[in-house]
Amino acid sequence: MKIEAKDPVVEFHDLTASYDKKPVLWNIDMTLPQGALIGIIGPNGAGKSTLIKAAMGLLPLASGYVRLFDRPLDEVRRRVSYVPQRETVDWDFPTAVLDVVLMGRYGRLGLLARPGKADREIARECLRKVGMEAFARRQISQLSGGQQQRVFLARALAQEADLYFMDEPFSGVDAATESAILSILQEMTAQQKTVVVVHHDLQSAAEFFDWIVLLNMRLVASGPIEKVFTPDLLQETYGGKLTVLSEVGELVRKRQIPSREKY
Amino acid sequence: MDAFYIILTATLIALSCGLLGCFLILRRMAMVGDAISHAVLPGIVIAFLVSGTRDSFWMMGGAALLGIFTTFLIEFFHKRARLQTDAAIGVTFTWLFALGIILISVFAGQVDLDQECVLYGEIAYVPLDLWITESGKVLGPRALYIAGLVLLINISFVYVGYKELLLTTFDPTFAASIGISISLWNYLLMGAVSMTTVASFESVGAILVVALLVAPPATAYLLTDRFPALLAATAALAVAISAGGYYLAAWLDGSIAGAIVTVAGVLFGLAFLFAPRHGLLTRRWRQRRQRQALAEAAAGYRE
Repeated sequence: MKIEAKDPVVEFHDLTASYDKKPVLWNIDMTLPQGALIGIIGPNGAGKSTLIKAAMGLLPLASGYVRLFDRPLDEVRRRVSYVPQRETVDWDFPTAVLDVVLMGRYGRLGLLARPGKADREIARECLRKVGMEAFARRQISQLSGGQQQRVFLARALAQEADLYFMDEPFSGVDAATESAILSILQEMTAQQKTVVVVHHDLQSAAEFFDWIVLLNMRLVASGPIEKVFTPDLLQETYGGKLTVLSEVGELVRKRQIPSREKY
Repeated sequence: MDAFYIILTATLIALSCGLLGCFLILRRMAMVGDAISHAVLPGIVIAFLVSGTRDSFWMMGGAALLGIFTTFLIEFFHKRARLQTDAAIGVTFTWLFALGIILISVFAGQVDLDQECVLYGEIAYVPLDLWITESGKVLGPRALYIAGLVLLINISFVYVGYKELLLTTFDPTFAASIGISISLWNYLLMGAVSMTTVASFESVGAILVVALLVAPPATAYLLTDRFPALLAATAALAVAISAGGYYLAAWLDGSIAGAIVTVAGVLFGLAFLFAPRHGLLTRRWRQRRQRQALAEAAAGYRE
């Protein structure tokens, strides 16, 4: 099941990518709409992170191409932001929270330029948006997992992009941070920015996203959540795993009874 | 005057090494300095055989090329052969160093080089090798000028590429996502490390270079929690260990290079024990004070 976006911001064309010579993504062909909060969902090893890395040109493609804003990535790099998984950096690095957020401005600065007053102002403002302005001068090793995730989000906001790829921004965060991040993402999409999120929790996926991409090495489905988040398609994505299947049944049941509390 | 020349040369080299070492330790590549400092040996020998002179320019060129080749080999074994980084480093540099030794022994008659001098160097001879112009004017030790030039190149390099070096060190994936080439900056940094290593060979020897690349940044890392502060503390330590090392050697009437590394080691030990935030003993004292404060508060509460 594949629904094409009317006004596509991201286009994957017959993309095949391999990791260590073993293909992990087969013939991904889809378009993603502007101004949507898009969730990439699938089991472990489905190639979710690989898909957004491929979109950011972070790994070589075996075949196919990706176009963003109908252009190759290099022409629109400043309009695109990528948030890596939190675990990929050394949080003992000798640097302060504000310095990390300032790194979001580096893409706009030339070789010799240093972040200026205006950049600092923007970085502070982004920290305020994620509720971390009190931590600006803190060393990053003193942050909790949720705070680290907020700092990464602030750095992405400082890039002032139109399209965001985020790798597991909700992993290992507490409930308060989860709802804070979600409301920022929703605010961004309300401003017609597009946010593509790799997500592994089916439970919350049902509530977070407008558009869902179901992935298991190949594209199972892509489309608005009400068309795509169905038991059949989820079963197809997750295969015959019984525990997952029963979980899915439970989820679909819950979705039909909208009594679940929103934080 | 000799003391001044020796301390100044040692300081300039220590500053160069420390500046690059700050990036190396944060990239978990401290031992790449060790690898490069040994692996450039065949480069030096080949440069000598090709050029026929022991001119520093040729030596440095040959060594810098070999240094980059070493980095390339390490990356290659790590990525393609799926070998652990440290194993890749170990295999690469021992092999290249052995190659250098064979070259020296085969061409022993023609090469005015020996591995002893490359490995250990002798900083005490710095004031003896003077740069004298054709008109007979004495401009001071040659090694001092080389060390100064290398420091100038390193400072310019880090000044120009500060953002890029910092970002590819802290978060390479993010750096790549905004269009900064990770491998370009890695090779530039490794090129700078090889150049520095070779330029420092003659005067201080490979072992001291490795120590200067790692010990001052590692000590400064324990004392600071911002990158600019790390650089500043490393620079201060570079000056302190050069001067301290010289006077220790003079007092003991022993090897200057050995004394410099000894002082670096002692300062590292002190930082390990007494660093304000992370020191072993400071942490203990802080915990004890907290326990006492808690106990007092609890006692007060009970009353």
